[in-house]
Amino acid sequence: PSVSFLSTSWSSRDEKRVDSRTIYVGHRQCPGTEAFIAPKFCDNRIVSSKYTVWNFLPKNLFEQFRRIANFYFLIIFLVQVIVDTPTSPVTSGLPLFFVITVTAIKQGYEDWLRHKADKEVNKYLVTVLEDGRRIRKESERIKVGDVVEVVEDETFPCDLILLQSSRDDDTCFVTTASLDGESNHKTHYTVPDTEKDLESLTATIECEQPQPDLYKYVSARHTLYSMSIVKWSLGPENLLLKGATLKNTKKIYGVAVYTGMETKMALNYQGKSQKRSAVEKSINAFLLVYLCILLSKALVCTTLKYVWQSRDGQDEPWYNQKTQKEKDAYKFLKMFTDFLSFMVLFNFIIPVSMYVTVEMQKFLGSFFITWDKDFFDPEIQEGALVNTSDLNEELGQVEYVFTDKTGTLTQNNMEFIECCIDGFQYKNRDSCSELDSFCVTDGPVSKLHEKAGREELFLRALCLCHTVQVKEAGDMETVSEDQIDGLLPPTEQQKECLFLDLYELLHVLNFDPVRRRMSVIVRSKAGETLLFCKGADSSIFPRVRSEEVDRIRVHVERNATEGYRTLCVAYKQLCTEEYVEVDAKLREARLALQDREEKLMAVYNQVETGMSLIGATAVEDRLQEEAAETMEALQEAGIKVWVLTGDKMETAKSTCYACRLFQRGTELLELTVRTLEDGGRKREERLHELLLEYHKKAVQDAPPAKLGVRSWVTASQEYGFIIDGATLSLVLNSSPEASSTRYKSLFLQICQNCTAVLCCRMAPLQKAQIVKMVKNSKGSPITLSIGDGANDVSMILEAHVGIGIKGKEGRQAVRNSDYAIPKLKHLKKLLLAHGHLYYVRIAHLVQYFFYKNLCFILPQFLYQFFCGYSQQPLYDAAYLTMYNICFTSMPILAYSLLEQHIAIESLMDTNATLRWGPFLYWTTLGIFHGLLFFFGVRCLFSNPALQDNGQVFGNWSYGTIVFTVLVFTVTLKLALDTRHWTWINHLVIWGSLAFYVFFSFFWGGIIWPFLQQQRLYFVFANMLSSVSAWLVIILLILLSLLPEILVLVLRKPRGPHRRQVRKAHNHVVPFCL
Amino acid sequence: MAASCWPASGFYREKKRNCSARTAIFDGGMMKNKEGEVANRPDNTAFTQQRLPAWQPMLSAGIVIPGFLVIGLVFIGIGVALFLGSQSIQVLESDYTGLNSNTPCYECSDASKKNCTCSIEFTLTKQFDGPVFLYYGLSNFFQNHRKYGVSRDYYQLSGDTAYFKNPSDSCSPYIYDSGVPIVPCGAAANSMFNDSFRLYQLVGGTKKPVPLDGKGISWWTDYNIVFRNPPLVNGSLAAAFNGTAKPVNWAKPAYELDTSDPSNNGFMNEDFLVWMRRAALPDFRKLYRRITQGDYAAGLPVGNYSLEISYNYPVIGFGGRKKIVLSNVSWMGGKNMFLGVAYLVIGSLCIVMSLVMLIVYAKYKFPEGDS
Repeated sequence: PSVSFLSTSWSSRDEKRVDSRTIYVGHRQCPGTEAFIAPKFCDNRIVSSKYTVWNFLPKNLFEQFRRIANFYFLIIFLVQVIVDTPTSPVTSGLPLFFVITVTAIKQGYEDWLRHKADKEVNKYLVTVLEDGRRIRKESERIKVGDVVEVVEDETFPCDLILLQSSRDDDTCFVTTASLDGESNHKTHYTVPDTEKDLESLTATIECEQPQPDLYKYVSARHTLYSMSIVKWSLGPENLLLKGATLKNTKKIYGVAVYTGMETKMALNYQGKSQKRSAVEKSINAFLLVYLCILLSKALVCTTLKYVWQSRDGQDEPWYNQKTQKEKDAYKFLKMFTDFLSFMVLFNFIIPVSMYVTVEMQKFLGSFFITWDKDFFDPEIQEGALVNTSDLNEELGQVEYVFTDKTGTLTQNNMEFIECCIDGFQYKNRDSCSELDSFCVTDGPVSKLHEKAGREELFLRALCLCHTVQVKEAGDMETVSEDQIDGLLPPTEQQKECLFLDLYELLHVLNFDPVRRRMSVIVRSKAGETLLFCKGADSSIFPRVRSEEVDRIRVHVERNATEGYRTLCVAYKQLCTEEYVEVDAKLREARLALQDREEKLMAVYNQVETGMSLIGATAVEDRLQEEAAETMEALQEAGIKVWVLTGDKMETAKSTCYACRLFQRGTELLELTVRTLEDGGRKREERLHELLLEYHKKAVQDAPPAKLGVRSWVTASQEYGFIIDGATLSLVLNSSPEASSTRYKSLFLQICQNCTAVLCCRMAPLQKAQIVKMVKNSKGSPITLSIGDGANDVSMILEAHVGIGIKGKEGRQAVRNSDYAIPKLKHLKKLLLAHGHLYYVRIAHLVQYFFYKNLCFILPQFLYQFFCGYSQQPLYDAAYLTMYNICFTSMPILAYSLLEQHIAIESLMDTNATLRWGPFLYWTTLGIFHGLLFFFGVRCLFSNPALQDNGQVFGNWSYGTIVFTVLVFTVTLKLALDTRHWTWINHLVIWGSLAFYVFFSFFWGGIIWPFLQQQRLYFVFANMLSSVSAWLVIILLILLSLLPEILVLVLRKPRGPHRRQVRKAHNHVVPFCL
Repeated sequence: MAASCWPASGFYREKKRNCSARTAIFDGGMMKNKEGEVANRPDNTAFTQQRLPAWQPMLSAGIVIPGFLVIGLVFIGIGVALFLGSQSIQVLESDYTGLNSNTPCYECSDASKKNCTCSIEFTLTKQFDGPVFLYYGLSNFFQNHRKYGVSRDYYQLSGDTAYFKNPSDSCSPYIYDSGVPIVPCGAAANSMFNDSFRLYQLVGGTKKPVPLDGKGISWWTDYNIVFRNPPLVNGSLAAAFNGTAKPVNWAKPAYELDTSDPSNNGFMNEDFLVWMRRAALPDFRKLYRRITQGDYAAGLPVGNYSLEISYNYPVIGFGGRKKIVLSNVSWMGGKNMFLGVAYLVIGSLCIVMSLVMLIVYAKYKFPEGDS
């Protein structure tokens, strides 16, 4: 074998050290070089845990109190401890303690699991070659430079450079299922020409500093010192990643290059940035309102207190003298502490438990998505996957769906349809029943044999230009790197024997989605060097002689309109000088340590020119099951669907028609390179003109919107919009002038008035750009991206909700998504049933929480007017503490998990919104109830003799009556809102009320030794012995709920029919939120 | 260049095998997942599939109209009963603060006067049905003030002598009287109402005392469980209070509150207990005595009466008023028209609403597709 010898100047090495590391294989020093400086690398300990036993408490507490809500309650608690406040610190300390403890336990448990997993990994015994001996070592003790032995089905303990494999061909097979979910086998190669005797191998590896990208180059360099210095470039194909598993190979030896936290797996461990749900944002907005209410309440009370005290005899009546300390205090300090005291008294208006409940609801709620058997796909034996439970409700608010085409709308299951060679068309009429295997048909395709020459060349090109790997016989598991091997037309099978041993592969110019083509350079037996290239028409046509293009283009375009994927094949003959030059350039680019990708790309582009076009193939990509139904359902629900694809316009358009995104009557507004070039004028001018024209058509002439989002449903003319990548970039960043923003807004307005938008020829980043643009447009609509491939990751990450399809293109999309579903058809239920339900549920949950705390605290506020603004609490401390934790939390949690205001089957619409209207309604309701509770009991207490024995009730009885009315009313209000009563609802609603009664008896029935004051002793029992108290409780509950009942009755009844449900829906849902 | 060459032969064969291997994968996959299926496939239970059997109540007109009617009728019934019950209660109320010079207690309202008594005379033209309750009322008195409310020591009041020496800080500024701990300490005890009343029937120029019963005016639990006297020292309650001072505003120490009845003395004095149960609102009344004994057990007969007040309690300083109330009670307690009226109003509202709904229903039959 030939070994290329490169003399790199050593002087440059020191400069490079900053961004590269040098590894001495087997820690053997290189003879004759500078002194061996033992480089410091981290050990192979994986630490995925966040805490240790020692730092758990401070670190966890610190992290928890970084949350604004917890911090707020901590401040309240501290104020209670420091300042003389009406309620004891226990009232807010206990719930806070509860919340913090529960969260800490949960996080502690999770961390313990991580510790356990870490330990398992770190203590795993591996075999290391040391001084010629095989030593068993714990995995964590592997050092960079160790030569590690790994046997079949073992996972690699760290990132290794493959040195030696037990296989003859110096390869090994690896599955990276645990890293990226791709379960196929990948081939990795040994470093060529490594000495067979690892003992005597003296080598250094110079490689870049650790970086997290799993798939990009390691750009490593292996220097062999034996007799001479030999340099080899190493790529990802030489690197075995920690976490991957060795397959089909008895054992391998590799040298550790990255260890522990520097392995690519560990570097990938850092979670992606958290998406925040829009509901959380509106919760924060509502919180702000309530914070203002709280502040103004405290302010009003403080002011009134001092106004009231300034009146004669009110401050310091003889029966209530001030202490010396109070007299001495500064007035402003007193005012401030009074203000703080009022804050503390009213702080329950901002419920600490809401955060816990919301989080629990989201966490538990996400289980219903994973549990849903409708999402189970028997083919892949998997159901839905929830990566983020925070976004459940977001699913129900989606206004824009951005979908990928290939693999999402379509199955990404290629089936050969026809090919065309030099303008002659060959069809495969027998459609194959087996999707994956090839049929040999002699009928129509047999014609091929008649024409030698071009056809043969065409077939050769197809046969050679791929990266299929053939596995050894007898192995059940096949290994294939090529995801698109369906592209091989059936006919090739007849001839492949002919080709295979005739060619020697010289170079593979890899496929990538930006170039959209791949090439191979081969040398035939005859000695001629050929380059075969295949790729998308758009990337091939500019690179071939133009006179050849036209006859093929007809076919390609016709195939594209029929929805087939087309692939063009071209070739080029390289003369010896050309090849030598190309070869040199390619090798040079491959050896580059930095910017290798860019350099390679440049060489590729340079080589792939001046080719001649041979022909094209057409392959059908079938629609996903129920793709059309799903799209239709989404559109019907008022969701706008945008298709973002890298495919060409014709193919994408026909897919859109097939999916019923474009209907027969849809008028298509096209904004593509073709339409721009029509007029023969400058692109910019034409763009401007078209944009204005479309804007006039779609926006200005459209009937005025009636119901906002819904308006287009009633519009007489439906529009579809088509734009391609080139035009889009023209629109988005045409010129730095003001016109570009104007184009952008025009474009957005047009798009918003179209039923469906198709963006074709998109680069992955452009997809994200579009999502971002819509996301940030007026009204900030909620966006959802769905895709299955690596090229969709950027848009999945960009959108509010990202959905990955567990498709064929690996697991990258799934790993980066918030939710993953097996098939597109599941999107319908996910959005329209789960999303909608969770949205309705969480909206109700949040608003109910604000409501119940408002009518909880309002009587307390009103009571200040009757107790000399002295911060006297109306309710007992136990009630203050327990109200949100025990008495009223379970029913709403059950409601928010189980409510189905409309049966799942008939959920069709997603027009529910968490907006200010309903918020105002709930707030008003809370105020109404609060006023009613307080003044109802106030009227009763105009004569406090409420028992038939003439005895009078005191202030705690007052508070207890109000509290009883409160607990019953808010619970029954929820009961009225519940339309889906499962046994759980019954249990928690009636159970909570029973618990309240039981608790009150219990709390008031015992002299509690730890309490100083027994102020609630027998208050509840005494209250129940008074008929008047009973009557007023019943009266107030009924009076509070009467408007609710009326609203419920006057609302239109909902029938079982779908259409009725939908109609009712528009009306009902905004109302109940 | 073995590694970089294409597989040399048998591509077709290999490819074929490839196909069969694919199917094998599929089969193998199925087999592999046989046991995994249980874990992978979601449970098909009603709960996990959100298909728990559920009751979906519909508030239809057919339920609501009769429902409202029934509720309305029941409420009106209760309302009438409450209204009549409240109507039948007789109340006699008199403000004796003595602000005006023509009121009987005008002279006593001067704070400087000690041991002042005054009397209010009144005539009953109608039998005042028994049992009659005597209440005193205070207004603009903030017993529900927070500082006032916490200004007591529960341990003292439960008879724990350890706290007689060191009263709780919450009693401040009524903890020590010139260095001696106050028992019972705090503002609440200190401000105990100390006017006393005697009721006489004027029968032919002589004053016939009406016996006032001070038993059972406080909550049973307060009297029997919460408030306890300190254990007697040598059989004497007074000795148990040794080393303590009386509240500054009290005329006599706690152990002399009712010397005639040891079971009504000290912290178990029922007047004290009534006072210590804080009122909910600044205008309140508290039970003073019941008239249950002798000739007056059935009520106060028609005639002239005189109420003798020993006027001690100053209220004018903080703008307060004092009043004395004679009242009997019904099953619902004292006179309060609010409940009866509220029930009647809500009841009739329900009936009106049910009628309106009935009319709407009869006329439109709640046509579908119309709200």
